[in-house]
Amino acid sequence: MPKLSVYMIRFSLIYLGLGMTIGGLILGNKGFPISVSLWQWLPIHIELLMFGWIMQLVMGVAFWIVPRFPTSPKYGRAGLAWTSFILFNIGLWLVIFGQNWLVLGGRIVMFSAVALFAIYLFPRIKPFAE
Amino acid sequence: MPLLTRYHIKMGLMYFILALFMGVVLVAQPLFNLSPYVSTLRPVFFHFLVVGWVTQIIIGVAHWMFPKRSKEKPRGNVVIGWTAFVCLNIGLLFRGFGEPLSVMYPQSVWAWILVLSAILQVTAGWLFVINIWGRVKER
Repeated sequence: MPKLSVYMIRFSLIYLGLGMTIGGLILGNKGFPISVSLWQWLPIHIELLMFGWIMQLVMGVAFWIVPRFPTSPKYGRAGLAWTSFILFNIGLWLVIFGQNWLVLGGRIVMFSAVALFAIYLFPRIKPFAE
Repeated sequence: MPLLTRYHIKMGLMYFILALFMGVVLVAQPLFNLSPYVSTLRPVFFHFLVVGWVTQIIIGVAHWMFPKRSKEKPRGNVVIGWTAFVCLNIGLLFRGFGEPLSVMYPQSVWAWILVLSAILQVTAGWLFVINIWGRVKER
């Protein structure tokens, strides 16, 4: 497994744990209401699990298993994918912790990250031998 | 394919079917004037899809395909893996019953079932993270 996949998958695992913990608090709060303010964590719960966990895990596994190039550099322009990883997580934190303009900024950063990742991955979507 | 993976994928398929069935019932509710309690299934519908199906498939396939931890313990601690499987699925099933029934019968045992469901699912999530962590590595 390449280093970038290790980073992406480990980040996604942390988001899974955090997202499920917040979800557990919200669910428990449905049974025995502790604080109405726990409901404010619902968007963070969704963000952590949908983007932090599932989307990032898919990106990490894709970087690992999609066909590599026969000659060096085998992973192609990996710098693009690294940049995408960094931007994706910065964007995610902005969306989670920010308000108003910061959330918009976060979404734009995440959009840029995914666009970069798609540009990076496109040439690797090919038969194994090529 | 390891036994634990097969159990995860087969349970995942069950949740996928159940979730889509709930999707049908949720859409049918206003059309056929079904009980308004049916709408309490909406969060169950989403969680059966995202946790029961997608996350469970990921967990099962990761257990199968991720790099081996070591020659002695290629798939990490299998007992932790099975514990996570049991916690996740009992937790989800408890939610499936607990969510609508705790709305129908508030302040009843179903409220405790929801809390138990939450504890079981969170435990399952962290057990999976702990167990798979060492297998997310460079060769």
